[in-house]
Amino acid sequence: MALKTEELVLNMGPQHPSTHGVLRLELELEGEVVTNVKPHLGYLHRCFEKHCEAMTYPQVIPYTDRMDYLASMYNNFGYVVGVEKLLGIQVPERVEYIRVIMGELQRIASHLVALGTYGLDIGAFTPFLYCFIDREKILNLFEITCGARLLYNYMWVGGLSHDIHPDFVRLTKEFIPYFRPHIKELNDLLTYNKIFIERTVNIGVLPIDTAINYGASGPVLRGSGMKWDLRKNDPYSIYDRFDFDIPTGKNGDCWDRYYVRVLEMEQSLRIIEQAIDQIPDGDVQSAIPKRIKPPKGTVYSRVENPKGELGYFIISDGSTSPFRVKVRAPSFVNLSVIGEMCKGHLVADVVAILGSIDIVLGEVDR
Amino acid sequence: MFEWLSEITGNQILAAFISAIVPVAFIVPFVIFAVWLERKVSAHMQDRLGPMRVGWHGWLQTIADFFKLIQKEDIVATATDKRFFNLAPYLVFVGSYAVYAALPFSSKYIGSNTDLGLFYIIAVSGLVVAGILMAGWSSQNKYSLYGALRSAAQIVSYEIPTALVILAMVMFTGTLNLAKLSDMQTSSFWNWYIFGGPDWGLSKFLVIPFMLVAFLLFYISSLAEVNRTPFDMPEAESELVAGYHTEYSGMKFAMFFLSEYGNMFAVSAVVSVLFFGGYQSPFGYIGNLIGASWMVPFEQVFWFASKGIFFVFVQMWLRWTLPRVRVDQLMTICWKYLIPYAFVNLIIIGLISLI
Amino acid sequence: MKNPQEIFEILSAQFPDANIQIDASLPVEPIISVNPLKINVISKFLAENNEMLFDSLMNLSGVDDANGTKTKDEDGNDVINGGTLSVYYHLHATKLNHKITLKVSAPRENPEVESVENIWKTANWHEREAFDMLGIKFLNHPDLRRILMPYDWEAGYPLRKDYKNPEFYQGMKVTY
Repeated sequence: MALKTEELVLNMGPQHPSTHGVLRLELELEGEVVTNVKPHLGYLHRCFEKHCEAMTYPQVIPYTDRMDYLASMYNNFGYVVGVEKLLGIQVPERVEYIRVIMGELQRIASHLVALGTYGLDIGAFTPFLYCFIDREKILNLFEITCGARLLYNYMWVGGLSHDIHPDFVRLTKEFIPYFRPHIKELNDLLTYNKIFIERTVNIGVLPIDTAINYGASGPVLRGSGMKWDLRKNDPYSIYDRFDFDIPTGKNGDCWDRYYVRVLEMEQSLRIIEQAIDQIPDGDVQSAIPKRIKPPKGTVYSRVENPKGELGYFIISDGSTSPFRVKVRAPSFVNLSVIGEMCKGHLVADVVAILGSIDIVLGEVDR
Repeated sequence: MFEWLSEITGNQILAAFISAIVPVAFIVPFVIFAVWLERKVSAHMQDRLGPMRVGWHGWLQTIADFFKLIQKEDIVATATDKRFFNLAPYLVFVGSYAVYAALPFSSKYIGSNTDLGLFYIIAVSGLVVAGILMAGWSSQNKYSLYGALRSAAQIVSYEIPTALVILAMVMFTGTLNLAKLSDMQTSSFWNWYIFGGPDWGLSKFLVIPFMLVAFLLFYISSLAEVNRTPFDMPEAESELVAGYHTEYSGMKFAMFFLSEYGNMFAVSAVVSVLFFGGYQSPFGYIGNLIGASWMVPFEQVFWFASKGIFFVFVQMWLRWTLPRVRVDQLMTICWKYLIPYAFVNLIIIGLISLI
Repeated sequence: MKNPQEIFEILSAQFPDANIQIDASLPVEPIISVNPLKINVISKFLAENNEMLFDSLMNLSGVDDANGTKTKDEDGNDVINGGTLSVYYHLHATKLNHKITLKVSAPRENPEVESVENIWKTANWHEREAFDMLGIKFLNHPDLRRILMPYDWEAGYPLRKDYKNPEFYQGMKVTY
């Protein structure tokens, strides 16, 4: 006589300590093995795209900050690159260099949050705090530049909101040798820890073809083995002047995605080192137009957010406010792969897989 | 101590009652100290300070938390099974408190000087499983159920390596009585069982590496018995919200915590009795040195408590360093690694003890 | 590596009855517009043909063109009649490194577009979002339901230009 078993539906509900925000995952379980995952979104939907249609072009920038709130500089970057393409203006060299430096510092800060909270999901409580100590130094640098620690509104169409502080170059040059040994410390503590490796290797394997078909980008795609980085493959701003590598993984499992992020932090340090010595003089606000009224047209501009490919599709109808702004958020697209990755794993692995995709709900829901 | 008390008071029941209360008088201050220690240890490991305001460096923090928990509303959801829901925390506490009856705090005080000490400890610490299962099931919450089932599987599986190591110790020492075990490891630290025991000879030196292995196996299994990281799947905050004590609030929640820390000390105390000399001091007693031999039992309590607290500190150290092990990996560690090693260890120690 | 003009010529030679046109007059990128009911076969061709190899759909966005006539209905609200709703597809070939933008337009009253979900799985959620925000129905989509708004939102499609917020939703006041 066979024992009758039923599938259990478990709700990792909107309020959960490790879904990185308000995300509802409906898991169908047989015992502890997951057979299906259905994500339910929309808990943080704030109608960003509808707001854009009522604002003028400069007024949209603080709203873009709030989508991926852990990497605000890059949200600004993508938007202003798009609008500048529409307008056809060229920003001064100084502005380009500062934008690259700010973007790379923001990448390190965002990856530190991702790595720290990933350790927390796996159960290692201490690396989280070590990562945040280093992140505080970066936030200090941002604070002396534009006054804000998290949502900056720093990059404006045609330039920047403030010039950098006189001490900024010196403090950044002190930060770089301070931070390098800390990456090694993080590796000793978490990356090569046997228990961590057991929890993440061969979990959530994503083959390359599936990844491209689902539109994955960023560390998720690079972890599967594809050498694809928009800073090199589709360059924007002045990234083609710097010398850096693109780390990739081999297996496409959680450990690879995690390790790609660790290596990317090192590469960002290289870019900052090269850029900080080359900042030319100039006026950061000279190219900001008085009134932004782009001609009619459309543009799709994409940048390499710490989480993946962030795209802005802007349609202009010739007036001072955009006709349509569509944001292609990397976390939104990366999250759709979770159904494929979780089949056949245990409940504890769902948490590990979700942490390795590194989503921010502000971006997923906009 | 029971005989001395019944002489003084002339009433056996009163004497029994007083000697049974002594462990509570030990557990409650210990838990207050241990919670403070955990918060300070975790804070300093994470490069921050921990509680600093309530008393000197925050040592009154636990008492403040206790007062807060007492006056909290006792929320009982309507869908729960009320009898078992209310009974479960107390059952878990009883399971961990009953172990204290067999622990030798000093040469003059042991709750119950039975010849079955170790056997009784293993048996009664299994009562905790029943309490946890009751808590998980009666909460009517899928997360609690998961936590409780995981915990039951974990505790029951890890009893086996524990029992195998204890069997090896019994073969080597010849007794299950904890008071006698402590008594045999007298005079100095090289007589402790981790260094081979008080009988000098070839077997003492041959057995030292295997005693070390036995100690490690026992310590790891005891970590799993008390649900501490890296084996804290049942209360894994990041997956199950809070595991089997999700639905508890106020005093009952405090009961779970009391029993967890009580259990931690009990298990550390058993480790120190088996391998590290129990209440014996490593190098002789000050009381004997200055001729005041009444001081010796108090010194022994001091040594017993500090050895126990040291092992509790190591447990906390491990908790804040290592990540969590997944459920099936936890079972793999137990059945595929710890049990075979414990068996081989048992056979070798048995052979050596024939020498 | 092809530019949009060459791709347009290959496509119009391959699919002569799909009403393909190219519009390169406006900045920044030229746009190829296609019949909405043929987008599936065209996408299959673009994804599989050896000279095209568009294996990555970068973005799929729905747009309310607002090119109908504006009238006022009985409550004094703007209503747009006629006109089209469009869907823009941004495609990219990772191996051959070229990009193209496609556009389909469907009538506002009954917007139906073929789904490309069976070719690029990215489109699954993007099309659900276009349906949710603009009401564009994608034929043959495996699971077309709302994604960002609550599942039982009855008051219409938020990104349309003539959308008005409802007064109450499940007893809660919406506007403030």
